[in-house]
Amino acid sequence: MIPHKKLSSGAHVGANASVSHIMWQVILALAPATAFGLLLFGWPALNLFIITVSSAVFFEAFCLRLSGRMATPVIMDGSAVLTGWLLAMTLPPWAPWWVGVVGSAIAIILGKQVYGGLGQNLFNPAMLARVALLISFPIELTTWPNVSPLFFSQSPGLVESWHITFSGLENLDATTGATTLGFIKTEFSQNHLLSDILKDYSGILNVIGWTRGSLAETSALLLVLGGVWLIRQGIIQWHIPVSLLLTVTVLAGVFHLMDDQHYVSPFLHLNSGGMMCVAFFIATDYVTSPNTKAGQLVFGAGCGLLIFVIRTWGAYPEGAAFAILLMNAATPLIDHYIRPRIYGRDRKGKPLEIPKS
Amino acid sequence: MLSFLSKPRIRGGIHAEENKAATATQPIIYNFPLPEKLYIPLQQHVGKPAEPLIRVGDKVLKGQLLAYSQGMISAPVHAPSSGIILDVNDYPAPHPSALPIRMIVLETDGKDEWIPVQVPLDPFQLAPEDISLRVGAAGIVGMGGATFPTAVKLNMGRENHIDTLIINGAECEPYLSCDDRLMQERAEQIIDGVRLMLHGMESRDAINRFSTKAVVAIEDNKPQAYLAMQEAAKSYPLIKVIQIPTRYPMGWDRQLIRYVTGKEVPVGCRSSEIGVTIHNVGTAHAVHKAIRHGQPLVSRVITVSGGAVGRPMNVEVPLGTLISELFNFCQVNTEQTARIIMGGPMMGDSLPHTGLPTVKATSGILALTASELKSTDEQPCIRCASCVTVCPAGLRPLDMANNIRINQLDIAVDIGLKDCISCGCCSYICPSNIPLVQYFKYASGEVAARQQAQHKSEQTKRLIDTRNARMERIARQQLEEEQARIAAKKERERLKAEQEALA
Repeated sequence: MIPHKKLSSGAHVGANASVSHIMWQVILALAPATAFGLLLFGWPALNLFIITVSSAVFFEAFCLRLSGRMATPVIMDGSAVLTGWLLAMTLPPWAPWWVGVVGSAIAIILGKQVYGGLGQNLFNPAMLARVALLISFPIELTTWPNVSPLFFSQSPGLVESWHITFSGLENLDATTGATTLGFIKTEFSQNHLLSDILKDYSGILNVIGWTRGSLAETSALLLVLGGVWLIRQGIIQWHIPVSLLLTVTVLAGVFHLMDDQHYVSPFLHLNSGGMMCVAFFIATDYVTSPNTKAGQLVFGAGCGLLIFVIRTWGAYPEGAAFAILLMNAATPLIDHYIRPRIYGRDRKGKPLEIPKS
Repeated sequence: MLSFLSKPRIRGGIHAEENKAATATQPIIYNFPLPEKLYIPLQQHVGKPAEPLIRVGDKVLKGQLLAYSQGMISAPVHAPSSGIILDVNDYPAPHPSALPIRMIVLETDGKDEWIPVQVPLDPFQLAPEDISLRVGAAGIVGMGGATFPTAVKLNMGRENHIDTLIINGAECEPYLSCDDRLMQERAEQIIDGVRLMLHGMESRDAINRFSTKAVVAIEDNKPQAYLAMQEAAKSYPLIKVIQIPTRYPMGWDRQLIRYVTGKEVPVGCRSSEIGVTIHNVGTAHAVHKAIRHGQPLVSRVITVSGGAVGRPMNVEVPLGTLISELFNFCQVNTEQTARIIMGGPMMGDSLPHTGLPTVKATSGILALTASELKSTDEQPCIRCASCVTVCPAGLRPLDMANNIRINQLDIAVDIGLKDCISCGCCSYICPSNIPLVQYFKYASGEVAARQQAQHKSEQTKRLIDTRNARMERIARQQLEEEQARIAAKKERERLKAEQEALA
């Protein structure tokens, strides 16, 4: 007789998926854009990236130990690495070391562990940290270095990069500037027209990502490729990215057609700021997005609308992080009202009526 | 494009690794050695258990009635072979709990001698009621696993306007291939069974006379079964054989009904109320055997498969055969066996040991190795909503599970716990290995227990209330009688005084 084994009902076989598999797939999809960003901004960016990711892992382990749990198996699920990674991607590439550490602390401790850890948080931890940093340290978070690729003669070397990371930037004016969106915002405030503002704008360079911006958000192209690959892998669904990007495109398109000197074109909207990163990697975060297809369409459209509104009429040049947090807060509401119809019942949950034959 | 639009939508579901080839490519084995002892449970169906009418020591023949059906929804039990009744007592049930239930133990004599039977020359001359009487007397129940008495379903079919009889040949569970083989090898008998069922559902009432059509639905991963069935059905215009997409749980009756007819069965209704009834191919075959050959349901084809099985096969065994004998015959490696499952790997129950009998519902016995099983390393829910996507019933398993975890069973019921069909899709897909179906089964049991407890306490309260009322009434009566007696005494004394005064 076979000895008593753990009894269980339900599916005895399962799909080949696990939490860590999902997390590492997402990281893999982020890798090309990240590598490009690191190449683009050189050693200081690499320093910041390593500091942010490792401090995210450190804070995760710290919280787990504090609650008396084994840290290693939870770390291995990759969620802390992913949070740190996403946060690092959205930071200015040459930000000082403490921005990464404080950001990771906010993301992991306040954004995730105080809610009860993985799967319990209301807000996307990386975006929460990004917004908290932006409001607390506006100077550091809006200092955008020029494109200075690795191994170029003008770019900072390894030793110089430690100086930038650990004791801050000197001669700011020579090495930094504004992002496309930031530049447009300031020029608008001086009543310039778009045709003047965008004299030097190159669409191709912006699509590839050869421009000032967050560490790994500049390359719309690589982010889209990574995102499409994730959809093909079945890790994320198309609903949120498509509805988000479509909403922005339609809104921007309508306003641009009405007044092409005061409203930026949809093309520029799509390939600037954190648009692609947010659409494919942050808005699609399982934990903080609705769990029905219809709900996800609403969520994506809401994010798109808010991004457009904040970018166009808000005080900040980029509103993606704010938009995500606002829609995160609306997610429980969306899930409450948009539910799948149960078989044999109508939308309100009453049994269907027997059709008269 | 138009055909795409007209195709009914299949909701949810999964596509698991099939693992059917090992058994689906070999013919059904018929030479299973007759076991020395058969353990025949009195309840192998939905409804009331059958009542035994034999005594210990009785000699019985194969097919002889051992226990008769009781009540409206029940089914009789027959002797799977000839021999002597050893015992009628409680033995472990083929259920995860292996709690004892009443069984008849039959010691076989090796002759396998049939009881003499009479069969009608032309069953189509029989009255439809006669067909369902014979089906009922043969102890036939739904062979797909639901084990609802077939005769009751046929009767409901006569009482309602049935326009479509669906024969479920989906066999969507991985590993299982007994229906597939049955359709390949005995297509004509199955089609004959379908015709007999159609006849059995004919209404006498001229106004209600419908020409019910039959649709045999087979998943498109069984092309040979489809061809065989189509060949067998080609001279009967009322019977259509169709292919349906391979997607678990296509064989869920309500999913299949929606796919084939486009109609949805309302919650709380039987499918016959919307004019559809559904039977398994195995049931149709059993009906054929009962009507044409007078043989009651005493054996069935079982798939024995899984990584630990040396000789995976489909084998016809007498009901009541112990799983251990089946495993010996199929050379199951007990060391490698990590879990024994009765039924398919999606909805089947795991059994604690092999000393349990096979019953009418047993479509398969699986001996799975540890590497085939889903990991039990449970991780936190990451709200990936895969379970919402795959749920064929349109539920939100993650919300239900979260509420069950914090003991909010009422909320779980509100959001659809009772509409769960335990198909296992959510457990299958969950990347965090959360045993969702286990949660739901636990919660359903707990809700039922609580309702029972509440019912009981209400009953008790009512009894107390009535007792109090009765006591009050008695006290009041006694008081009234006392007062009446005092009044009468006073009256007597007054009269006496008056008389004395007069005197």
